[in-house]
Amino acid sequence: MILWWIGDLVLLAVVLPVVVYLLRGVLDAAKSIVPSVQEIAGAAAAGSKDLDAAALLLTTQDQVTQTVAGVANYGGSLDVILDDA
Amino acid sequence: MAPVFAFAAAGAVTILAAGLIVVALVYYLISVIVQLRKITAGLAETITSVSEIVQKSAPVNDVVTTINQQLDAGVDLLEGLLVKKAGMTDAVGLVDGMYAGAAAAGFRNFPESPSTKAPRIGEVYTRGTLTLARLGREAPIAAGNPAGPALRDVERGSLAARLLYPEIRQTMPKSLARSPVIGTDAPVQYEQRDDIGAPRKRLPGRV
Repeated sequence: MILWWIGDLVLLAVVLPVVVYLLRGVLDAAKSIVPSVQEIAGAAAAGSKDLDAAALLLTTQDQVTQTVAGVANYGGSLDVILDDA
Repeated sequence: MAPVFAFAAAGAVTILAAGLIVVALVYYLISVIVQLRKITAGLAETITSVSEIVQKSAPVNDVVTTINQQLDAGVDLLEGLLVKKAGMTDAVGLVDGMYAGAAAAGFRNFPESPSTKAPRIGEVYTRGTLTLARLGREAPIAAGNPAGPALRDVERGSLAARLLYPEIRQTMPKSLARSPVIGTDAPVQYEQRDDIGAPRKRLPGRV
């Protein structure tokens, strides 16, 4: 009988607080992850939106090609007009 | 009766303790499940956005590489043309004149360019001389010396430019023609014309 009461006492005084402590730690850790995940999701969405202009790089590529071609034509003309050093 | 009551009391306390533990487990585990569902939802949004980023940035590498190749070709062309036409020394001087300190970096395709001493191009040539000199020996400015050195002579650039003008002082003659003497004591006197200062006989514009 005494052992039973000791067991009850241990259950209430030791096991229950330990279980609550451990579960509370897991819950706090899970709660701390949520804001970080939401921030990451927001940053990823913003990054995706920023990359909407990446398609314009194709236009930039075409313009650079045309510009360099114009410079090459201009340089070829200068090469014909000017004497070498 | 007392032992039975004692057994019942001990059993009730055990059941109460077990019940409390179960309640705590249920409460905290449900809370953890709710948080994990939020995390799952957030990660799903993140994965969607990251997938979009990957999809949108896929062609960037090739496009930027192509742009860099085109610009490299343009830089090589302009550097080569500049060095070919102006010479290494003047080319370095021109670049350094436009961007002070750029001569230290030199040209990419000319390893000797960083060690070339850049002339102070603004002092060697005036702007007009430089422009005309670039036109070649057939240009009017160089007509006086078609077989001579090009005007891009860095060391004698100033003299070469001076030789383009009429011969008066370049060869440093012993004596130049004296300036004319004017005034009442001048050796040569001219009669004063009466018509100077007088009213016009016929106004311009009348027929």
